[in-house]
Amino acid sequence: MADETAAITQVQGVTKEDFVSDQMVKWCPGCGDHAILSSLLKVLPELGIPKEKFVIVSGIGCSSRFPYYVKTYGFHGIHGRAAVLSTGIKISNPDLSVWMVTGDGDSLAIGGNHFIHVMRRNLDINIMLFNNKIYGLTKGQYSPTTPMGYITKSSPQGTIEHPFNAGELAIGAQGTFFARATDTNPKLMSDVMMEAAHHRGTSLIEILQNCVIFNNNIHNEITSRETKDDNQVFLRHGEPLIFGKNHDKGIQLVGTRLKVVALGKNGIDETKLLVHNQYEADPGIHMMLARMAPPEFPMAMGVIRSVALPTYDALMKSLIAREKQQGKIKNVDQLLHSGKTWEI
Amino acid sequence: MMTAKRGKVVVLDNVVVRFAGDSGDGIQLTGSLFSDAAAIAGNDFATFPDYPAEIRAPQGTVAGVSGFQIHFGHRHIFTSGDMADVLVAMNPAPLKLNLKWVKPGGTIIVDTDMFTEKTLSKAGFDVSPLDDDTLADYNVIRAPISSLTKKSVEEMDLDHKTVMKSRNMFALGIMFFLFDRKFKSADDYFEEKFRSNPLVIESNKKILRAGYNYAESIEALRSVTYRVEPASLARGTYRNITGNLATAWGFLAASERSGRPLFLGSYPITPASEILQELSKHKSLGAKVFQAEDEIAGIVSAIGASFAGSLAITSTSGPGLSLKSEAIGLAVMTELPIVIVDVQRAGPSTGMPTKSEQSDLMQALFGRNGEAPVIVIAASSCSNCFYFAYISAKLALEHMTPVILLTDGYLANGSEVFRIPKVADLPSITPPLVQADDPDYLPYRRDPEKLNRRWALPGTPGLRHRIGGLEKEDGIGNVSHDPENHQIMCEYRAGKVQRVARYLPKQEVIGQDKGDLLVISWGGTFGVMMEAVLDLQKQGHKISLAHFNYINPLPINTREILGNFKKIIVPELNLGQFVWYLRMQFQEFRFEQFNKIQGLPFMVSELTSEFRRLLKED
Repeated sequence: MADETAAITQVQGVTKEDFVSDQMVKWCPGCGDHAILSSLLKVLPELGIPKEKFVIVSGIGCSSRFPYYVKTYGFHGIHGRAAVLSTGIKISNPDLSVWMVTGDGDSLAIGGNHFIHVMRRNLDINIMLFNNKIYGLTKGQYSPTTPMGYITKSSPQGTIEHPFNAGELAIGAQGTFFARATDTNPKLMSDVMMEAAHHRGTSLIEILQNCVIFNNNIHNEITSRETKDDNQVFLRHGEPLIFGKNHDKGIQLVGTRLKVVALGKNGIDETKLLVHNQYEADPGIHMMLARMAPPEFPMAMGVIRSVALPTYDALMKSLIAREKQQGKIKNVDQLLHSGKTWEI
Repeated sequence: MMTAKRGKVVVLDNVVVRFAGDSGDGIQLTGSLFSDAAAIAGNDFATFPDYPAEIRAPQGTVAGVSGFQIHFGHRHIFTSGDMADVLVAMNPAPLKLNLKWVKPGGTIIVDTDMFTEKTLSKAGFDVSPLDDDTLADYNVIRAPISSLTKKSVEEMDLDHKTVMKSRNMFALGIMFFLFDRKFKSADDYFEEKFRSNPLVIESNKKILRAGYNYAESIEALRSVTYRVEPASLARGTYRNITGNLATAWGFLAASERSGRPLFLGSYPITPASEILQELSKHKSLGAKVFQAEDEIAGIVSAIGASFAGSLAITSTSGPGLSLKSEAIGLAVMTELPIVIVDVQRAGPSTGMPTKSEQSDLMQALFGRNGEAPVIVIAASSCSNCFYFAYISAKLALEHMTPVILLTDGYLANGSEVFRIPKVADLPSITPPLVQADDPDYLPYRRDPEKLNRRWALPGTPGLRHRIGGLEKEDGIGNVSHDPENHQIMCEYRAGKVQRVARYLPKQEVIGQDKGDLLVISWGGTFGVMMEAVLDLQKQGHKISLAHFNYINPLPINTREILGNFKKIIVPELNLGQFVWYLRMQFQEFRFEQFNKIQGLPFMVSELTSEFRRLLKED
């Protein structure tokens, strides 16, 4: 897939500057959103798609200001509904490249219903879910991804809710594409955005994003310089799962469970490790990979799942083409005269 | 030979017939075949099905009764009728439930074979109504329909169940004799429907004729039969149409005329689901139908489709309209064309889903946060749902605004005769689309006359722009929190909707322009208002009717009309919503109100008695 991407870069001389908005970017200094914006601005001109064919759609929240900061067609919707706005846009005009920007509150709380249904319908759109595990724009209440027991403005004694894992939810809802990146890794963000763009179907990218004001360092265990090598494993299709500062740890499938193993000990070498197959249709292993988290596991980064299945928009398009060809009623006058009529 | 046996033939101006049975008795089919025969005979007619709320309520109980009423006539028919002249009751339960809807002296045809101890007790009769004086005021025809049905096809190789399912055709045969109807339309139906089963075609034809011949042989039926002369309808091709079907087709016509592909985002809800089902059939006309996961997804997907250039529709009923409120505000703010159809039902909350009401008017007008005006239009007959769906789409597309189209359960499920228009004869629809690379394009630059913004579709070179729910800067369309700008934009959005009045026809008055009493009504009550007002006009009263289809904005001559009458009354199927709206806008007038909220339509008699009371008072 990466080769295919390289082959169609830089069509029509579209550059990053073509997408830079004249609007002042009003995210807080130090907010992870800046890095995500910058990665997308790098990716869009590389996709070989005319610039007027992009539509960026969002709901409500800090992340959802995104459409104003990219010079494309854009729609800043209402809270939780970006997925269905995107659905209407894509069904209406399947030629558009639709990018949806959302957050953990927008898509997993108020928009949870739309989120699972857009995943199962497999509409060909790209969803970037900024997960900072907090409500930022409303100033610091817990979200559906906030860890159990966590103290926030609306949980002064700690939350008593089990959090959602976005990937698990998406795959459980029959999602065909799930990738994860951190806002501290621009290269990885660009890579997964590129893969998401080329995936035919609903692509979900979860970006672990830092809210510098209300939840600073929430992802530190995953992203800090000291811990990231041991707490992240980068998935590459066809390659074994190896991680650790010294590349000395791996993930093995033992029975029906994943296990962290030390390479070079107890007769474990690379051949014993789980080899990543992002194209496997069965969601079992992808689900386990999406669930991995410290302290037991490193968190999986990169493309976890990428399965080719028919998309809703393509199926709709072909249904309409077939009916237009085979259907008996070709215009509304014929429709009005169909069935029982009589003359007076 | 047949007609020779008839006794006295009474010529009637109009007749109401009600068929009633268990929900498995094929009542809707019986009614629709009787309607077809009325159509062929050249009558005008209107029908209404009365389904139980439950899908298959217990057999034999009043909860499971299915009804079908048809009002047909030589004169113009405005409603499906109040009280029935003839009731066909296939079982005791339908008799029990429908007796109060039969005119005193009316005819009741019952299947005596079905009046057993068991069925009577299920229906809640202690004593058979055929044995006491329950039916003393009626002309009761006691017909052993089931056994005669069986007998009529006994030489054919049919199982008991198939035979019993056809006893409705025996009843239909009796009705065909009573009203001197031709077999052809029913025969055509059998031949089409049972094409693959010649035996069933044959048996149905036989049973239908057996019913006819039975009626001919019974003195009580033969002695007096009826004739309803053809109505004087304008020349043209006609069909029967329900309100929901007409609504769906009106949108398809608007899509064709405007060149904008149709998108429907909708979640199933009684009594609006047929619009979703009907449009989903017409992909050959390019209709894209998205059955959404909920009401909100229905409308928001439509808003997305509108942004991308579709004629975007969402269909629902009252509870769904509540869920769509926030999104309607988004369409107001983004000034995108969209039509929201609300097929009203009895509320609040889940209310009485299969019963009709006019109680969503306030919600349609005002049920949103902020200053969020929309066009509100109400259809007033099953067939003009076609026209008002079309006009709703036209106004949405040309004025770049949401439109709420109100219909109701009665219009939606009822049917009437529809003169088929030519799509080319409908008014043109010209959406304000922006051409590629238009150097003057600004997202919120307005047309000086209509005050609408233009429509720049994603994918068009040179028009990239961003819209959303945040307040926009006048013209440029950037996000703005400027206080004065907000006032300007609120006034523009309100002014845009108000200016639609310049493009609407003037309000008509039925009757004299001046008089003693003006009846003001709106939406689905048109037919019954017409009947009541025409009735009193004939008796010499100075009464007129102004029936409104355009609710917001109101037609420009509304005030002028109100000033010409001594008294004004506003009857509504709610606790007084339109009257409240009128009082707010026309404070110099006194409006009487008359309200019914039973999930039932007005009856002509209750209206005329109220109008008479007001006409007498001084």
